[in-house]
This record gives sequence, structure tokens and C-alpha cells, in this order.
Amino acid sequence: MMGLPKHVFSGQRIGAMVLRYLYLLRGSWPRIVEQAYWPTVQMVIWGLVTRFFVTNSSWVAEAAGVLIAAVLLWDVLFRAQLGVSVIFMEELFARHLGHLFASPLRPYELALSLVLISVVRTCIGVGTAALLAIPLYHYSIFEMGLPLLAFFTNLLIFGWAIGFGICALLLRYGLGVESLAWASIFAIAPVSGIYYPIAALPEWLQPVAWILPTSYVFEGMRAVLFDRHFDTGMFLWAVALNVIYLIAGAAVFLRAFEHARERGLLLQAGE
Amino acid sequence: MSNEDGDDGTSRRLGMAAIEVHQVSKRFGEVRAVHGVSFTIERGSICALLGANGAGKTTTLAMLLGLVTPSTGSIRVLGHDLLRHRYEVLGRMNFSSPYMDLPQRLTVAENLTVYGRLYGVPTLKKRLAELASRLEIEALMRREYRTLSAGQKTRVVLAKALINRPEVLLLDEPTASLDPDTADRIRRMLLDYQRETGATLVLASHNMTEVERVCDRVLMMRGGEIVDRGTPAGLIARYGRDTLEEVFLDIARHRSHDGLAATAT
Repeated sequence: MMGLPKHVFSGQRIGAMVLRYLYLLRGSWPRIVEQAYWPTVQMVIWGLVTRFFVTNSSWVAEAAGVLIAAVLLWDVLFRAQLGVSVIFMEELFARHLGHLFASPLRPYELALSLVLISVVRTCIGVGTAALLAIPLYHYSIFEMGLPLLAFFTNLLIFGWAIGFGICALLLRYGLGVESLAWASIFAIAPVSGIYYPIAALPEWLQPVAWILPTSYVFEGMRAVLFDRHFDTGMFLWAVALNVIYLIAGAAVFLRAFEHARERGLLLQAGE
Repeated sequence: MSNEDGDDGTSRRLGMAAIEVHQVSKRFGEVRAVHGVSFTIERGSICALLGANGAGKTTTLAMLLGLVTPSTGSIRVLGHDLLRHRYEVLGRMNFSSPYMDLPQRLTVAENLTVYGRLYGVPTLKKRLAELASRLEIEALMRREYRTLSAGQKTRVVLAKALINRPEVLLLDEPTASLDPDTADRIRRMLLDYQRETGATLVLASHNMTEVERVCDRVLMMRGGEIVDRGTPAGLIARYGRDTLEEVFLDIARHRSHDGLAATAT
């Protein structure tokens, strides 16, 4: 990494960890298929729902791709979070943390490698589903253009923040909290306004929605699809909240390593 | 070990200390894993940590690796304070343990490549070929780690432990799961490595014959404390026994070196 001393921050060590996860992915074709399987199934289901609603709902008819775009973007968040937390879980399954952290690898270098591999996994998974939507439903999410990049990036970052929080819990409580890695993100789904406007939520729940970057992303997505307008205000709110969540997630993750060293958990992790 | 540590006076003087441990204790909640341990290991020596299960050997090794933070006390490795400068030292150390695995679904070559890069090993391919030949794992390089026998895994983990030509090598039961022939070859290989590089080796083992043959210093642990120390021959003479195993049993069963039963703790 330019500008930083090699002993503090090493691109080679981050690259080594990315390579380790690419080896893992390459060595198992079911893992590659699994990346694309659920996003594709979801896209197919919501594509069929869209076909029905196009003739039965004036709202969907106004922007036929709104449900498919929503499900694909939701999967960006989900895959980004899984990319961090499930890959970290692989180290626990392998009882491998002791070897890793007896090496010069820093926890923040591991965190960066998790982030990088999550981008790869998200692109494989969501990219496949997005490409299949073109021939299946004549809908291309890529037609959104640059706003898509803004939504994609914001959802990735929020996914990483949640992923780091889950990794901290895994390190603290072990594989007993494994199910959190798969299920926790669904807790925010109802209040993120994925398939409906935040205004459709009960009034008392709407303030909760507005403290999540996802709400701004999905409202922003609908603004682009319905009004052909990129709402910069929504985008900036999502970025600001993501900065807070990412700092909090990374801090919790790094603190969990110090705690693990104090409690001897790096030796026991996975058991 | 230095004289102040109670050495029997026959220790070689090999220059600076590789490891200096001062009044180190570690508690896990109510459990006292290590208590008030102090020792110095000279550079280029081979030191064994001996003790029954739960004596504190693994916790001590883990603290030397920075995997566990001591509750109190200080540790210096290769002249650096391990708590404050952990990462300046870890690249010059390495370790092996049969109780910690490498990623199961990666091949042996992939695992070693990842670790070679983590440690910044130059000319990595050449180094992998050297290690494969030295540890007789050439035929295993393309196999997934999970498909190996326990003995094969031990050799692969040793290859990982040697990949960065460590100046300090910590070995937890280095010949566990190996047949006597392979274990003997591994011991010779480790001794050759130590002679070639002048590395400091610290091993925790239950194999007393191995310790007698390989180590020039022994730290005897019980209940988280160092209860005796010296050369293998010195300890055997002091306890009036024929083998280190008998000394080990005396210590584990709370018998003092004058042959009288000590007060049980």
C-alpha cells in the first residue's frame, strides 16, 4: 500500500488472504453455483410477480422493473454481509485463527481481505441474476446507469458494517451464533422499504427506517425508476449513515480481537 | 536459561536472549492458567516446556505468540516487547501445533503459498520445493489438507512453521501422530535446521525421550508455575533418576528431588 510502511499495512498480506478465499471458492463448484443460485431464484420469483402486477397494479405498471431492481439491490446488501461474515466463519470451522494470528497478519488486514472477497462474491451472485433478468424479463438493471453504482456501493458498505458486527459476535460467542450470520439481516428488511415506500410503514416505525442507509437507497432507487431523478439528498444521507455504521462495525470487529486475546478465544475458536 | 533462573551452571552462553519472560500470569476468569512465571531462553538454544495436561504449557506458548494477552508481567521476544511490538516480531517467529488446523479444503501447496505470502517469503516457489523435499511431502502438495492422515498433517504444519525460516520456532508436540521412523527423521530435520540457522526452538512435549535427545534446557511446569528447570541430564541427576520421564512423574506427583513426598497443593 502506497504511503504506508510495509510493516504496518501490507498489500501482500491482504493479497495472501484474498488468494486463500479465492482458492476456497475455486476449489468447490457448488460454492460458485450457490453464489448465484438464491439471487437468481429471487429474481425469477419477483420477475413473475412483476408480470402479474404490470397488468393488475398501476404502481408497478409505471415502472415495471421496480420489483426486480429491488430484489437485486437487496441481494447486494445480503451478499456483501454474507461475504464478510460467512467467509470469517470458514476460519472458525477450520480452527484456523490461531495460525493466522500467530503470523504478521493484522486484524484490519483480515477485515480488508474480507471486504474484497465479498465484492467478488457479490458480483458473481447478483451479477449472474442481473444478467439473466435481461433475456427472461427484458429488464436490465444496468440501464439505471451511474445511480446504480451509488446504490450498489452504499449497500455493499452497509453489508460490510453488519458483517463486521456479526464477525465480532462469532469471535465472542463462537459458532453458537452461526445462525445470526444468515438471519440477522432480515430483521431490517421490513423497515428498509425494499418493495414499498417508507411512507407505507406505520408512522411510529418510520423514524426507525430513516436511521438505516437502506431506506435512503431504496427510496432513491424508486425516485430514479419512477421520476427519472437521482435524489442527491437521499444519497448523501445514505453515505453519512454508512460512514457511521462502518466505523462502528470495524471498531467492534477490532475490539473483538483484543477481547479474544484477553480471553484466549483465538485458540479455542471453532470448538 | 540464565543462572538467576536457577540453571545448573552448564548452560551455553549464546549471546542475547531470544525470549525473556518476567513475572507473567494469566487468569481466565476464576481459572489461574499461569502464575508468576519468569524465564529466559538464550538465542540458539532448544528449550522444552514439560508438564502434565493443564500445567500451563499451551497458554505459555500462546502468550509467547501474542495469541493470548498476559494478565500481568512482560514478555520480550528478540529484544522487542511483545505486547507493544507484536507485529515487528511475529514475522521472525512461527509455530506448529497438532491442535490447530490449516484450511481443510485448500491443497497443501495452496496452504503453504498463502502462508508464504503472509510471511513475505522471497522466492516462494523455491522455498516450497525445499520444504517439500525436506519434510517428504512432495507427493502431498496437490492433495487437499482434509484428505491427509494425522501424521501427514503434522508434517505439513511443520512445513508451514518453517516457511519463513523463523528465528524463534515454537513447537507444540512436534512429533504427535508420527510413527517412530518419521518422528525420528523430523527430530533430525529440526536439529539440522537449528544448527544451520542458529534458531531458538521452544517445544512443549509429552515425549520425554524426545526432550532428552533434542533439548538442552527444560522448564518443568505444574499448576501454572515453573517448579523446576535445568538441563535434562542435570534434572535426572538432581532427582536421582535414570530418565527424564521418571523426573516428570516425580514432579507431576509432587515428589521433590530429595525423594521425599512434598506437600500436595
